[in-house]
Amino acid sequence: MIGAAPHDDHGEPLDPINTWGEDHCWWLDRMVRSDQPLIERMTLVWHSWFATSEEASNARLMIKQNWMMRRHALGNFRQLLLDVTVDPAMLLWLNGNTNYKDSPNENYGREMLELFALGADRGYDQHDVHQNSRALTGWTNDWDEQRGPVNFRFEPSLHDYGVKRIFGHRGRFDWRDSCRLAVAHPDHPSFFVGKLWGYFVGAELPRTTAHALQRTYVRSGYEIRPLVEAILRHPLFYEGSRLVTPPVVWTAGLLRGSRQTITTTSWSWIAQLTGQVLFQPPNVSGWNYAQWLDTSRWAGRLEAVNVALQNHVLKGKTYPFGLRENAKQAYQHAIDFWGGRPLSGQAQDNLFVLGRRIARGQTEQWQQVPFRQLRQNALRVLIPMTPDWMTA
Amino acid sequence: MRVPLDSARRRAPEGHCDGFSRAQAIRRVLAGKPPVAREWDPRMPIPAGAGIDRRRFLAGAVGGLVTVYGAGRLGLTDRMLGDGIAKAATLQPPGSPILVSLFMQGGVDGLSLLAPAGDPLYQQLRPTLAVAPGSGTPLQEDPSLTWHPSASSFAQLHNAGKVTLFPAVGYTDPDMSHFTSRHYWEVGATDASLLTGWMGRYLDVAGDAANPFQGLSMDGQINPTLATAKNPTAAIDQPNSFAVYLNGVWGDAAEWALDSAASLGDAQRRSRDPAIAQVAGAASEVGVVRRTLQPFRTSTGSGANPGTNANPGAAYGSSVTYPNASTGDLPARLAGLAAMIAAGVPLRCVALTTDTQFDTHSGQAPTFDSGVRLVADSLAAFQADLEARGVDGRVLVHVWSEFGRRAQENGSDGTDHGAAGASLLIGSRVNGGMIGEFAPLNELDVNGNQRENADFRGLFCSLLEQWFGQDAADVIPGAGSFPRYQLLA
Repeated sequence: MIGAAPHDDHGEPLDPINTWGEDHCWWLDRMVRSDQPLIERMTLVWHSWFATSEEASNARLMIKQNWMMRRHALGNFRQLLLDVTVDPAMLLWLNGNTNYKDSPNENYGREMLELFALGADRGYDQHDVHQNSRALTGWTNDWDEQRGPVNFRFEPSLHDYGVKRIFGHRGRFDWRDSCRLAVAHPDHPSFFVGKLWGYFVGAELPRTTAHALQRTYVRSGYEIRPLVEAILRHPLFYEGSRLVTPPVVWTAGLLRGSRQTITTTSWSWIAQLTGQVLFQPPNVSGWNYAQWLDTSRWAGRLEAVNVALQNHVLKGKTYPFGLRENAKQAYQHAIDFWGGRPLSGQAQDNLFVLGRRIARGQTEQWQQVPFRQLRQNALRVLIPMTPDWMTA
Repeated sequence: MRVPLDSARRRAPEGHCDGFSRAQAIRRVLAGKPPVAREWDPRMPIPAGAGIDRRRFLAGAVGGLVTVYGAGRLGLTDRMLGDGIAKAATLQPPGSPILVSLFMQGGVDGLSLLAPAGDPLYQQLRPTLAVAPGSGTPLQEDPSLTWHPSASSFAQLHNAGKVTLFPAVGYTDPDMSHFTSRHYWEVGATDASLLTGWMGRYLDVAGDAANPFQGLSMDGQINPTLATAKNPTAAIDQPNSFAVYLNGVWGDAAEWALDSAASLGDAQRRSRDPAIAQVAGAASEVGVVRRTLQPFRTSTGSGANPGTNANPGAAYGSSVTYPNASTGDLPARLAGLAAMIAAGVPLRCVALTTDTQFDTHSGQAPTFDSGVRLVADSLAAFQADLEARGVDGRVLVHVWSEFGRRAQENGSDGTDHGAAGASLLIGSRVNGGMIGEFAPLNELDVNGNQRENADFRGLFCSLLEQWFGQDAADVIPGAGSFPRYQLLA
């Protein structure tokens, strides 16, 4: 972690567990300040993949889950799945804590196959869902008046020790076997590789690449790192069609690019406006990565830029870049403000035109400074709003 | 087997929920309050237009808002002549019909709205909640039924022939989950996987590729009923609070900067790269919405909180008095809608959601009374406003809820989730009758809920055909299998 510790609008440290919205700011700060951004990005992938919402639990358990996912960010998927399956926030979210021998609850048993490991209707049926849910029985917890749900544990008396038949295998399976069987299922590698690819690359996964990636994944014993490295080295990652950058990643990019840290908790309601509140995915299937933008979310992102510029709009009696600055130089100064990432020719030309138009708007000598400020401020607001900047 | 005694407390008991909605969450957050924990239903379908909820246009919440437009001092008529509206209005023929969908969220109690007050069985099922005989206006068609006293505006509109009433609308095999049942209504089918709204699909078939106002959400976020697959739609809160601003930029420069963003959007919205096209399309649509609503912007530009306004209609030049907005901004949103209709904003389908949560599991009476009164009085004012502006013939309002409530009240002076519920159609051109009949209390379903005798998909098909002249088969799956109802006079 690099840079100043985050604080709220009054200079107080964040309290992610007890103050609503500060859990979002807490993780956003890690995304901004981490010297291992890929770890944070992969933690977000797992949060989307195993989408759990604090609406079923609380910030304490969500942050605990977050640390677990960060630990496995580039680790081993089978181990990740094991830890997610008995994670307290997940047990609460998908009723794993009320899945008992005599009254199996199929919620987790189904989503594990449909959303986490195999994909909808790929190589399993309702019988497998039911048997898988039986294998997962036995987890429970207590309730504390002050602390809420506590003491999550496996309770043998609640577990179904009978024989189950899952994907054609017979045995007295428990939750560990359930995870093992799901990952060993022949349809798992193709699901896993396709889904992971989709988080990073807009272009469709070519068949030959898919097969190579699946082999890499299985031979490594379900290791995540080699697969991520292979995807990030693939030419289509650089050349293929783009993806809209998720709102929270784009927001972290604003702050990183302009060398800022978290100094306001406004980011929690900005997150609502942009459509991605950490620890509150819309449902168990996670955020819809295919549809991040429309009119109102565009306006929400504009609001985010306004907040990022809260202490960085130019005003007063002087102009730092000199009065001889032309439209191209003004553009370059604004690009530099956001960290130097260039735009495509079309977006750049569009901003040159705007810069010249604002310069022409000046009619009086006294307007020299304010119109240069206006131009620089306008360019600063619009650069992160360009389709180039919002996609990667 | 033994289940630990406290297990029931870990999860809310079935059928109970804390009354929570997406729109409500955003409003609470913006008011600085945490959202209330929401019922989790594992079968909850992904909402139509998933991922496009939680939006709101804000102005002035951060940094200083610079006032650009002093339009507030101008008369409404002059303001209506704004270029933006004139340009947008050409996108659809003048006088086109408009359908307004008002969702009473949470499952409003139909058995209180229209009560069999004299029925001993009713009094027995509702020992604390029953509407007393003689306390409200009797229903014209069937005096054994009584409008709830808080719904007196509905009674008056109905007596004037401006309300068509569905006392028991729903579908077979009713689903008692808020999310599932609401989703069915939103998509116009009992299909959990459908991702376009029923009005959204109509707009894809009959709408325009350049007019976001054809599908307008007035909840500050896209309403799932309006989720389209291809044509643009828009979300605002109120027309006078829609504003996008740039920190540190004012005057003409702000206008030029926003125009610049929109023109880049226009240039790139047909990009072959779908991600570029998605961002550019939004930027381009924001341009249309901003230009069109510019004349409505008040001098503060921030949409002064209408909750303090004794007559929210005044901000829009309404000649009728809307309810005091102290309990919510529904009156102001409807007043803004009436002004937009009169100004010729090219609307076709409009969707609104009540602030009030009608999910009355406990302490039903005060929530129901104030919530229903606000809806009924606001809609009566809206109807009068449309009549005064001479545009009432173009507008039809559909009021609905995801289900009714359990006939037998529970032990907390409330009611649990039910099945069939009430729907109303309001407007100058409705036939004013009753469609279907009151679902008798001695014929409840296996869960103790009223049975439906009209189908919501048949209602949607009838609306499409009779109001829009649209073949319902292009919009509602299995349209041919649902009955049609005579809705209009």
